[in-house]
Amino acid sequence: MAITADEVKHVAQLAKLEFTDDELQMFAGQMDDIIKMVQQLSEVDTTGVPVTSTVAEAKNVMREDKAIKGTDRETLMHNVPQKDRGFVKVPAIIDESEEG
Amino acid sequence: MNFTTTIGLEVHVEMKTNSKAFSPAPVQYGQEPNTNTNVIDWGYPGVLPEVNQGALEYGMRAALALNCHITKDIHFDRKNYFYPDNPKAYQITQAQTPIGHDGFLEVELEDGSKKKIGIEEMHVEEDAGKNTHDPDGYSYVDLNRQGTPLIEIVSKPDIASADEAYAYLKKLRQVIQFTGVSDVKMEEGSMRADANISVRPIGSDQYGTKTEMKNLNSFEHVRSGLKFEEKRQENVIRAGGSIQQETRRFDVNTGETVLMRVKEGKSDYRYFPEPDLPPIHISDDWIKEVKDSIPEMPEQRRARYVNEWGVTEYDANVLTQTMEMSDFFEATVAAGADPKLAANWLMGDVSAYMNDKKLELADLALTPEHLAQMIGLIKDETISSKIAKKVFKQIVANDTDPKAWVEEKGMVQLSDPETLQPIIDEVLDNNAKSIEDFKNGKDRAVGFLVGNIMKQTRGKANPKVVNKLLMASLKER
Repeated sequence: MAITADEVKHVAQLAKLEFTDDELQMFAGQMDDIIKMVQQLSEVDTTGVPVTSTVAEAKNVMREDKAIKGTDRETLMHNVPQKDRGFVKVPAIIDESEEG
Repeated sequence: MNFTTTIGLEVHVEMKTNSKAFSPAPVQYGQEPNTNTNVIDWGYPGVLPEVNQGALEYGMRAALALNCHITKDIHFDRKNYFYPDNPKAYQITQAQTPIGHDGFLEVELEDGSKKKIGIEEMHVEEDAGKNTHDPDGYSYVDLNRQGTPLIEIVSKPDIASADEAYAYLKKLRQVIQFTGVSDVKMEEGSMRADANISVRPIGSDQYGTKTEMKNLNSFEHVRSGLKFEEKRQENVIRAGGSIQQETRRFDVNTGETVLMRVKEGKSDYRYFPEPDLPPIHISDDWIKEVKDSIPEMPEQRRARYVNEWGVTEYDANVLTQTMEMSDFFEATVAAGADPKLAANWLMGDVSAYMNDKKLELADLALTPEHLAQMIGLIKDETISSKIAKKVFKQIVANDTDPKAWVEEKGMVQLSDPETLQPIIDEVLDNNAKSIEDFKNGKDRAVGFLVGNIMKQTRGKANPKVVNKLLMASLKER
């Protein structure tokens, strides 16, 4: 099943990206190749193997509930393009249907 | 056509840990924007989150208090979406292995009956930052809240009316508050509710299509919104229409729900296991440890008030509605107050004052020590109950030591017969008619005379002593 331009468009919308029709076509082809490559994994017989949620052996890695002072705001916001009174200033996005 | 209503609630509660769920930045409110954050909260490249054990244990505590089973092997998942208050472009949550599942909450309905409402599951996750939308065409992002641990509590669709939903939320807030994991203040956003509701004709065995209301920020809004939505859905179906699955917003001004702007395409969160956080195994020992750390719940406190302190069942119930009140009551008793008197004052004058001024206990200048001291002054008859009202007015609004104030203002009750007798004599001398009335069997005359004596002493006379002396004097005349 090949990846369609519509599917690329859907994923792009989720990532708030816009592409031209030519780009959508190009990415559809590229994504299709990638998916096909990854699909080779399904040739492996995984009968009886539990779903892998991690490849690291580590377990129960946790830290104690101790607070460490926040990083200096100026440093953190060094690369913020627009800031105002300590806030990050972004174009208004009033989108009620998103998570609050 | 008559209908059955089905309601499910999703409640988010902010946990008051010291640090965030996956970063060690502080969890604190009311700070300067973007000062309680670090590179993990900002999603800087190459950072590694780590699970806050405290947040996980608070989640377990809440789950156990809501009679949930704890999932022994858990991992976290990424929920992907793009929004300015979500710098990583994903939220770390528990999509596949909720920390708790299949619990219940027993709520009391308005008619006094009890109902068990099922808890489907509970997950520990992180909160997003905060966007402030400005009319200038920009949004302002503060990431201080980003990463604050949340517990999401998903009810089963067991709720049959808006009033039941209200009762459920009230009970849920009470239980969570007593576990000590959250302040659960809806008006401050530390408790937020999403509600979904559907109706179906009685007899139909299939749920109707549901609509959802998000981010309701008061219990009253939940109730009003659900009531409106229930009626609206019934009317649509009666008129031959059908309900669309949609998200609606409750408009506080009109009391109606309105359709939210719908985006093209459905949400697609593309969940997958969080690779940066290794899975966690929760042992039985650990569960037991957390269980033992749960503070005393309202039921246990009530029993103690009734059995050990002789407080009535009703009063004990009122006093344990919130942890603030319950703690204040216990502190007042610990400071030496008679428990029954302390209960009366807290449920009477203190609550009336709070309602009148729209204040919370924590906002009052009143301390348990001062209240206890004042109750002591009443009990040992240093002040009359009339004067006590004045003292209360002073100490509820000011940080005043009641004993010192009473002495300073000369409000100490007059109980000494040698001081009172001349005043009584004077009043009798000036009211010969009342004495006559008394002799003729008119009891009202006594009240009149007592009133006069009180007036002379500016309310400071000890009524018991006055009565005794007055009756004796009257007989002598």
